[in-house]
Amino acid sequence: MIEVKNVNKSFGDLHVLKDISAKFEKGKVNLIIGASGQGKSVLAKCIVGLHEVDNGEILYNGKDLVKMPNHERRDIRKQIGMLFQGSALFDSMTVENNIMFPLTMFSQMTRKEMLDRVNFCLERVNLAGRNKLFPAECSGGMQKRIAIARAIAMNPKYLFCDEPNSGLDPQTSILIDELIKEITYEFDITTIVITHDMNSVIEIGDTINFIHQGQNWWQGNSSSIIKSTNKEVTDFVFASEFMKTIRENLRNIGV
Amino acid sequence: MKFIGQIGKYFLMLWIVFSKPEKFKVFWRRAFEEIQLIGVNSLPIVALMSVFMGGVIALQTASNMDTPWLPEYTIGYITRSSTILEFSPTIISLILAGKVGSNVSSEIGMMRVTEQIDALEIMGVNSLTYLVLPKITAAVIFFPILIIFSMGLSILGGWLSLVLSGLSSTDSYVFGLRSFFKISDITYALSKTVVFGFLIVSIASYYGYYTKGGAIDVGKSSTQAVVSSSIAILLANFLITQMFLLK
Repeated sequence: MIEVKNVNKSFGDLHVLKDISAKFEKGKVNLIIGASGQGKSVLAKCIVGLHEVDNGEILYNGKDLVKMPNHERRDIRKQIGMLFQGSALFDSMTVENNIMFPLTMFSQMTRKEMLDRVNFCLERVNLAGRNKLFPAECSGGMQKRIAIARAIAMNPKYLFCDEPNSGLDPQTSILIDELIKEITYEFDITTIVITHDMNSVIEIGDTINFIHQGQNWWQGNSSSIIKSTNKEVTDFVFASEFMKTIRENLRNIGV
Repeated sequence: MKFIGQIGKYFLMLWIVFSKPEKFKVFWRRAFEEIQLIGVNSLPIVALMSVFMGGVIALQTASNMDTPWLPEYTIGYITRSSTILEFSPTIISLILAGKVGSNVSSEIGMMRVTEQIDALEIMGVNSLTYLVLPKITAAVIFFPILIIFSMGLSILGGWLSLVLSGLSSTDSYVFGLRSFFKISDITYALSKTVVFGFLIVSIASYYGYYTKGGAIDVGKSSTQAVVSSSIAILLANFLITQMFLLK
């Protein structure tokens, strides 16, 4: 489990995160949602230690990342898999070498064992046999799946996904969401997904933290967010005409 | 103040770069890849520059010898001295600052803006040691080899130009090459080269690593890297020459 307590983060005069507290539970898909520019990605980068917080605590199973010396922080990071918005695959390496990279750096596996693990991860993301392709030869959806395969290669305890659906068509987005959900349950990991994709919110949000103006404005899950009466939350969830129609229909049937 | 801050940040970066690599096997594999990328791939441009510059030095020396008091072997002597002392170590390093410096800076800069460096950090990899140390190692090992290669080709270029133009004979040129030779000149040249190689790659890495923004900023970093490393080479050249001359 990851717990964030009273975290503040500023960039110069800009106070981005204001006293944020949240819990991200093990074996669940924990969403951080909110409009653009509200501090979602900054919060995620603080949680993984890419940004230093001004004050507050970031607890990984009770151990505070903020106060950890660098070597302990590196040990925690070895337990983290991260899917970046732009996939962040190493473009000079093949798909196989991308997935094998963390294994090469940190495991004592033989080459055959590493290849077996790579093939397992590729099969898990439905990309078996694509070992020798380069990232530039893959579509956006494939790149995301390769990044997921790389993220799970080391059997992480924590999985971070920064806007996993950005730039993808609706069908591919659903596939990615399904994959994240399945992997979370299958490997019993703590998954944090940053998104503003409403489909993801409804489909995979076991817990949801709504960030607004740098604050953890609302907390709930995919069922309670539909029923929420919080103005900012409803403005965000039912921003499109399509969603407004759904809300009307739900009201009409008494939900 | 900003300049002093940048110098401090550069030295802090170097402090992290020289940490123990996660796996020496991976480090050496990367170092050999970098030797290929920034060393072996620079051979054609170094060869081309060296042959022509050697030829021009020899021709200019020959055409300016308008007094009979200067012996003909002076051409060989001056060509050798100019090549070994300044042309090969300094001018070729300045050219490499352009070629290798921009390459290193843009490669690391692109990795920064596409979050590949963040990905390394998240995995628990010391990104500076992983990315920069093999490049510095490759430059420090291979730049002196490039410069020895350049010295040979430059002297060869001088000989070719003299023989083809008929301005001097092979015998007097070779005699000039061998006259007043000091092995300390080679030591001086190669010592300079090691320092220049280190400066080129470390400065380019610094600008690449701390790139912020997008593709335009990668271009800016690349330009800054070439300008800064060129200035650093000129300053270091002056200081090292002073040190060797005052010895």
